[in-house]
Amino acid sequence: MSVNHYKSPGSRVFDALNILLLTGLALIMVLPLLYVLAGSFATESEIATRPFFLWPEKFVTDTYAYIFGTDTFVRALITTICVTAVGTAVQLMLTLTMAYPLAKRYLPGRTLVLNLVIFTIVFGGGMIPTYLVVRDLGLLDSYWALILPLAINPFYLIIVKSFFQELPQALEEAARIDGCSEMGVFFRIVLPLSKPVIATFALFYAVGIWNDYMSPLLYIDDSSKWTLQVLVRQFTSADAENALAQLDSVFFPAEGLKFAVVVIATLPILFFYPFLQKHFAKGVLIGSVKE
Amino acid sequence: MATDLAKPPVETAPEPGRAPGRVPLRTALPRYRWLYLMLVPGLVYFAVFKYLPMYGLTIAFQDFVPFLGYSGSEWVGLKHFEALFTGPDFGRLMFNTLFLAVLTVLFVFPAPIIVALMLNELRVNVLKRSIQSLIYIPHFLSWAIVASLTYLLLAVDFGVIARFVHDLVGGPRVDYVAQPDWFRPIIIAQTLWKATGWGTIIYLAALAGVDPNLYEAARMDGAGRRRQFWHITLPAIRPTIVVMAILTSGNLLDSSFEQIWLMTNSLNRSVADVFDTYVYYIGITQGAFSYSTAVGLFKGLAGAVLIFGSNWLAKRLGQRGLF
Repeated sequence: MSVNHYKSPGSRVFDALNILLLTGLALIMVLPLLYVLAGSFATESEIATRPFFLWPEKFVTDTYAYIFGTDTFVRALITTICVTAVGTAVQLMLTLTMAYPLAKRYLPGRTLVLNLVIFTIVFGGGMIPTYLVVRDLGLLDSYWALILPLAINPFYLIIVKSFFQELPQALEEAARIDGCSEMGVFFRIVLPLSKPVIATFALFYAVGIWNDYMSPLLYIDDSSKWTLQVLVRQFTSADAENALAQLDSVFFPAEGLKFAVVVIATLPILFFYPFLQKHFAKGVLIGSVKE
Repeated sequence: MATDLAKPPVETAPEPGRAPGRVPLRTALPRYRWLYLMLVPGLVYFAVFKYLPMYGLTIAFQDFVPFLGYSGSEWVGLKHFEALFTGPDFGRLMFNTLFLAVLTVLFVFPAPIIVALMLNELRVNVLKRSIQSLIYIPHFLSWAIVASLTYLLLAVDFGVIARFVHDLVGGPRVDYVAQPDWFRPIIIAQTLWKATGWGTIIYLAALAGVDPNLYEAARMDGAGRRRQFWHITLPAIRPTIVVMAILTSGNLLDSSFEQIWLMTNSLNRSVADVFDTYVYYIGITQGAFSYSTAVGLFKGLAGAVLIFGSNWLAKRLGQRGLF
């Protein structure tokens, strides 16, 4: 009695329903984004009258012209790009150099350091003590406050460490026997072999800094040092009028502006997304391989 | 001493995977100086930004005056904890935090499991992969963006959803983001939108690891699709579900600070205040460093107890724990 269960009517109904539900789910995830993108190119009256649209009737770029003509926006954009670039470089450097020795099982003291790292995942000083440390270091209102407190993500560190452990040790041995120093092994053998992992975590770290709202909220008072995320919040929250008043310009139709600000703060991530997607699932799962 | 002969010369590392012989630090330090040197920047980071703040927790037991510092401030014992537990805010904070936690367990936790199982049943590979690509996207958007999208979609005057509901139901327009009653549903909806897709990854990986022969054998024995699901698919992801449950329980008191803070306004403070945002208001905006640190410490300790407790429970129930 070899029935093909996938051809039975009940099974077919299930499959159809399944596809329908999952497609609906995928639409819910992307439609808001597409609507905001379309809205940012639409006229003020279209946003006000048409309930929902994915393509503006009349294509205008007023809002963008306005945004890129304002100091506040341009400054925030440049700030965010620079902090993200420098921050990602610092984070990668620290994470990779720390993960490499931790991947060496024969290194005395390794377990102690690993346990100290893992403990910070379960327990930490919390917001106020960390704030006081940053303040005592004189980092308030400094861009470094957006980078240094987050310099190493302990989860990422452990995943990179696990990846380094999986690399063929014979290759490193061979290099050492050929007279390569430990640094030489790291830079010439290990790092070139780790390009996919480096790419993955570069993007993870970059997205983290780009999206960070809490650090600027805690550490940056000076509004000339705001990042994009803070601006986005200022423009779309209830007190948007105050934020608009701070702009060095005359009143501008607000709704389209809100749409455009959201688009600008989102676009770089969506642009990098296809590259991210190629690696991330793999990168996330490397760490789940137990020792 | 045959083992000594098998040991590699001093300058090279022993074979990986072999149990490390005890090397005294005096010999280890010069032998592995480069490796130790590479550890230094990372260790400095953890010392300064992770362990120094832990030391800073001592101010929870002091009346901390920044000018006097950690050692000069007066010790007051458990004063701030007493103030927290007997104060007027504690009940509300605990209720709001736990209410959100319960809603999270009920709705947010199962969502990725269900979606992963649905995706697993999808046999059209192209469709499966495109759906996956799309549902991962929200994970990469910031809470500021998600909050902004929420405001844009729910705004009274031009928000799409607000208008749609108004046209459907009629009556006066509702300002959802200002209504305390709508705060929790909005938070849960946001979390579902942002986290569900990404959350499927770990379950899909577990499902991908199932030996296809199991299904083959089950079919030979006449098991239908439903029985294959109950007896093969579900047991395959059970360990993953347990691990995720332990992790979730450890985070029960960790409300997402950014998310809640961004959705809080003067009208919904009564339901929105949770431990994390309360620490910010009291500590940063009002400067009560010691009291707010005590609140944070209480929350951190409770979280640690929860994660170890649920790990213990999972092991007692015969599952593999986290640690």
